[in-house]
Amino acid sequence: MSHRVITANRLEDGAVVWFAGAAAWRASLDDAVASDDDDTVAGWLAAAKQLEAAGALISVYEVEVEPASAPGARRLTPVRLRERIRADGPTVAVG
Amino acid sequence: MYAYDRFDRTFLDERIEQFRDQVRRRLSGELSEEEFRPLRLRNGLYLQLHAYMLRVAIPYGLLSSRQLRALARVARDYDRGYGHFTTRQNVQFNWIRLDGVPDILEQLAAVEMHAVQTSGNCIRNITTDQYSGVAADEIEDPRPWAEIIRQWSTLHPEFSFLPRKFKVAVTGAASDRAAVRVHDIGLRMLRGADGTPGFEVLVGGGMGRTPMLAETIRGYLPQRDLLSYLEAILRVYNVEGRRDNLYKARIKILVSALGIERFRELVEDEWKRIRDSALRLDDAEIERVRALFAPQPYRTLPAYAPAFEARRVEDAAFARWAAANLFPHKVPGYAAVTLSLKPVGGIPGDMTAAQMEAVADLADAYSFGELRVTHRQNLVLADVPRERLYDLWRALDALELATPNVARATDIIACPGLDFCNLATARSIPVAQRLSDRLAELDGRHDLGPLNINISGCINSCGHHHVGHIGILGLEKAGVESYQVTLGGSSADDAAIGTIVGRGFTTDEIVDAIDTIVVTYLERRETGEPFNDTLRRIGMVPFRAALYGDGRAARADDGRRKQA
Repeated sequence: MSHRVITANRLEDGAVVWFAGAAAWRASLDDAVASDDDDTVAGWLAAAKQLEAAGALISVYEVEVEPASAPGARRLTPVRLRERIRADGPTVAVG
Repeated sequence: MYAYDRFDRTFLDERIEQFRDQVRRRLSGELSEEEFRPLRLRNGLYLQLHAYMLRVAIPYGLLSSRQLRALARVARDYDRGYGHFTTRQNVQFNWIRLDGVPDILEQLAAVEMHAVQTSGNCIRNITTDQYSGVAADEIEDPRPWAEIIRQWSTLHPEFSFLPRKFKVAVTGAASDRAAVRVHDIGLRMLRGADGTPGFEVLVGGGMGRTPMLAETIRGYLPQRDLLSYLEAILRVYNVEGRRDNLYKARIKILVSALGIERFRELVEDEWKRIRDSALRLDDAEIERVRALFAPQPYRTLPAYAPAFEARRVEDAAFARWAAANLFPHKVPGYAAVTLSLKPVGGIPGDMTAAQMEAVADLADAYSFGELRVTHRQNLVLADVPRERLYDLWRALDALELATPNVARATDIIACPGLDFCNLATARSIPVAQRLSDRLAELDGRHDLGPLNINISGCINSCGHHHVGHIGILGLEKAGVESYQVTLGGSSADDAAIGTIVGRGFTTDEIVDAIDTIVVTYLERRETGEPFNDTLRRIGMVPFRAALYGDGRAARADDGRRKQA
């Protein structure tokens, strides 16, 4: 099964965050925890959905990632371009 | 310009206080996102990929210098120092914090702006010709009519929850610069048999996944009946339009399903009932609104401006700009000036806070303190004395707002695309930037003439790709960006939906593909022949052959027929 991480947008500013384990959410995908175990991911997602219901997060969902295949490569790379752009910001200069 | 009255101010003040409380309750957890989402959308606040986006309405694209300064303040204090002008003549801020929005709305209200009805299934910003009131080919200034429609449609209780969003465009000129045939309702002013101005009413146009050109529902509508007729159309749509399928909910689907004749019968039946109701406009009301758009206090100037002509001869760069970015003004000695928000390699429609402030000063100094936003994502100073054009050009050039490319190949329309937008399937802006770099060079060598290239990052078509002479639609295929190209679209008098040229192109291929299309046009055009005329004359085959080779062109043709 593919590796997945949990993502969301932060309520107050809409910024992208990634689940980093132990109830922590981080702005960098590099800090995210990933798993290829369905039960583990389902557990994370359920906990994140509870946070969403409590109001701290919006738009919670899981994202498929590829773990680094070579030393020095990025630890986790989203499979879809959309998620790579969410992780890294716009591919164009801003402002 | 329209000036707010006491009711407008009271309404907006109350609305902002309501939203302030709603934001507070959302942040404290009293409101869920499910409860809050429709409330924020009703105030123009979207959640995009990286942040909230606030879309601010610019009624029919008309801005005062004071309003532009307020937009600059918002950009600087609440965003990342810039704003993005859209194809709907509005402005968007891409990096907004939720807790800042009530204060932003307060600042906007102080200059008579808001974000109401910039989202949701309601009647959106009324759009019009950017040269309204100054174009020589105009029957009448359409802005009073856009304003009358704005007042009628704002908070209209019956039309606040339509099957889908609803867009109205109005033009008062012989030449359509408002893209009326790709709007839910298009209004084109014309003269009746006795010479009295009225409207041709078109209905059922639109882009998106099912692009259609609007059809004429009424060849001539007296001006006084405008609101009752619009009300009749909206009422039929509100009752009969589909609500079971998001993709089939626009009025174009209803008109197409019923046929224009049956749809007309329904509308005309309804109209008979309400034609002489309170919606009938009396002369006093029409004159009251017209007075808000009275001509500027123009000076009497000679049509020939020697200083302007001399500079044109002396300065080739100025001459290039003057040839591309000026539009004739109906008053002798004046010109309408387009400020290009399309620097070569830049982001279409973006403007920094510093540029906004400087342009606000230029509007005060040169053009009666007013500006317009165009649906091609540029700005216009509509009333500049020709004798002062050289000074203005120098000021604009220093601000990087004098690219001489209006309606030319590098004046590319692009939506925000996958770099920002939650709905996008592919990036638009980087493609626009790379194309701009490539085509600037080609245009410099060969003078490509007028050429509209429009790019959308998804099928919703915010980048108007269906009506670009060359249209580019970004899709996601098997996880990668794929760009589908259409040729022959137009939103002008020869309005047409472009035809798919063949299989799509990867992000690495797309710039070369467009280059190939443009070079094919260059090779085959007759002197002075615009792109779509060449295309009509020689057909798609030469373009397909150049893109895919002869054998593959045939397969591309099969593909197109399947998609059709």
